[in-house]
Amino acid sequence: MKQPIIEIEHLKKYFPVKEGKLHALDDISLSIFEGQTLGVVGESGCGKSTLGRTLLRLVEPTDGIIRYDGRDITKLNRKELADVRRDMQIIFQDPYASLNPRMTVKELIAEPLIVNKIISNKKELMKEVDRLMALVGLSQRLSMAYPHELDGGRRQRIGIARAIAMKPRFIVCDEPVSALDVSIQAQILNLLMDLQAELSLTYLFITHDLSVVRHISTNIAVMYLGQCVEMAPSKVLFKNPVHPYTKALLSAIPIPSSSMRHKAIETVKGEVVSPINPLPGCRFAQRCPGCGEQCAHYESELIEVEPKHFVACPSAVKAYMAQK
Amino acid sequence: MKLKLLRDNHPLREIWRRFKKNHSAMIGLYLLLIILFVAIFADLIVPYEKAIKQVGTDRLLSPSMAHPFGTDHLGRDFAARVVHGSRYSLLIGISTSVISLIIGGLLGAFCGYYGGRFDNLVMRLMDVIMSIPPVLLSLAVVAALGANLRNLLIAITISCIPSTVRLVRSVVISIADQDYIEAAQSYNTSDFRIILKYILPNAMGPIIVNTTMSIAVMILSAAGLSFIGMGVQPPSPEWGSLLSEARQYMFKAPYLLYFPGVAILMSALSFNLVGDGLRDALDPKLKN
Repeated sequence: MKQPIIEIEHLKKYFPVKEGKLHALDDISLSIFEGQTLGVVGESGCGKSTLGRTLLRLVEPTDGIIRYDGRDITKLNRKELADVRRDMQIIFQDPYASLNPRMTVKELIAEPLIVNKIISNKKELMKEVDRLMALVGLSQRLSMAYPHELDGGRRQRIGIARAIAMKPRFIVCDEPVSALDVSIQAQILNLLMDLQAELSLTYLFITHDLSVVRHISTNIAVMYLGQCVEMAPSKVLFKNPVHPYTKALLSAIPIPSSSMRHKAIETVKGEVVSPINPLPGCRFAQRCPGCGEQCAHYESELIEVEPKHFVACPSAVKAYMAQK
Repeated sequence: MKLKLLRDNHPLREIWRRFKKNHSAMIGLYLLLIILFVAIFADLIVPYEKAIKQVGTDRLLSPSMAHPFGTDHLGRDFAARVVHGSRYSLLIGISTSVISLIIGGLLGAFCGYYGGRFDNLVMRLMDVIMSIPPVLLSLAVVAALGANLRNLLIAITISCIPSTVRLVRSVVISIADQDYIEAAQSYNTSDFRIILKYILPNAMGPIIVNTTMSIAVMILSAAGLSFIGMGVQPPSPEWGSLLSEARQYMFKAPYLLYFPGVAILMSALSFNLVGDGLRDALDPKLKN
């Protein structure tokens, strides 16, 4: 069995807002194994991006432990954190907003190498930038271009080149393709997968696009309102979803078949409840088709229904076990 | 610190190329160069004695070959006074603007980037300064320190700093929120480098325009203070004090108002045109 590169235990992040506390992450525990991709799915505002940012401590966690290679990074000081960040990078959702508009492609990619004093020789720096550009499929003639002159796919390639410049082991991909055209999405996904194989990277892949996550992930974690409701290997999750929210989510995937044309898609009723000062009990209870009395009284603990398959809903687990 | 990656295509060269394409900015630049030339070489153009020598028989002469701008009510050569006045006016305008840009810009950048208690303290202090009318504030400073050129500079600078702090702070806050700042933090960029290489270049546009505009405003407010005798002391020529002296002879010798007036207008205009051009040239998004 491979070693977990990242382990999160009871991670919490509450943002103080006027009305109280916004529970962006509420008691999340998961592990990411070396060389694998953990896909994180969930609807907008469920805390996916906060999770990614908290892992790199771009957002300070309220409580909990984040272990990188067995070492808790939540208590590190600035200097120690800088060392860890060399190994952990992030690719942002909006490739335009995440690139300094006053820098050229070359400067953008060279920046992490300069800041971290990895290469001080200018000739070597230039060579390394050329190598990185070639690696992510950016043509040499673009090296003097500014980000606004490039299309979304090329901009995202810059973001990727910048993230891998310091030879990290772990990369948080925060919806790296959701701002792109479908045709370019595929290119970028393939690039990410090629790089993963080539550089033996580990990804945390955040997305709301289920077909994307299925394509790229080894394991998948489904999030709802700051909590992880189900976690399983990619194939298992798509085959045997147990949690009612996961089921609803998967039923929303469009199926390209003429027989499906006249069937109405089952959607989840109602709206996401506010993440500010949530009630105790199951967060999904108000919208859950199988909601009963018991749902208001338990805190979502993950239960292992089969090896590596964790579900946070006791009644669904009971039903699943009975079926088996 | 400049990357040698840029040798063949240095950013400054690129900025100059874009600046050159802007006709009004180039007109402003030529105008500014002429005014700067006059100010720097004033002594070679016409000796300073001519500007303060009073000739009783030559009072209020109309423009002629001997006195191209005529003479004032004390028989001083007005052309010499306007030429030497450029030194005072430009010195006041540029130095006060630059000093308030440096102090106000740094304060504003730190307030906007760090926020918190320091920000609150500085901003409340600025509010206090802003609640006093600028003329009154300058008057109070000059009255307390004494009327001379140095104190005039201090007075005008103090009344200019709050607006610079506010402007820079608001621009910095909007930029500090951008993803690329977070990205920079994710690869360990120091705060100092973030402010210097990420925030300030992106905040340049409004700051440059504000500074060049404020040069014009500073020249005018110095003129105003000189006008009421709180600024540059006679017999030193300064465009504002020239105007105020000439005011009494508005109908007898209107040309005494034209020349310093046009000089103020031209310098203010040239700074504004150059400022606009620089803002556009510095923004790579407006390329070509």
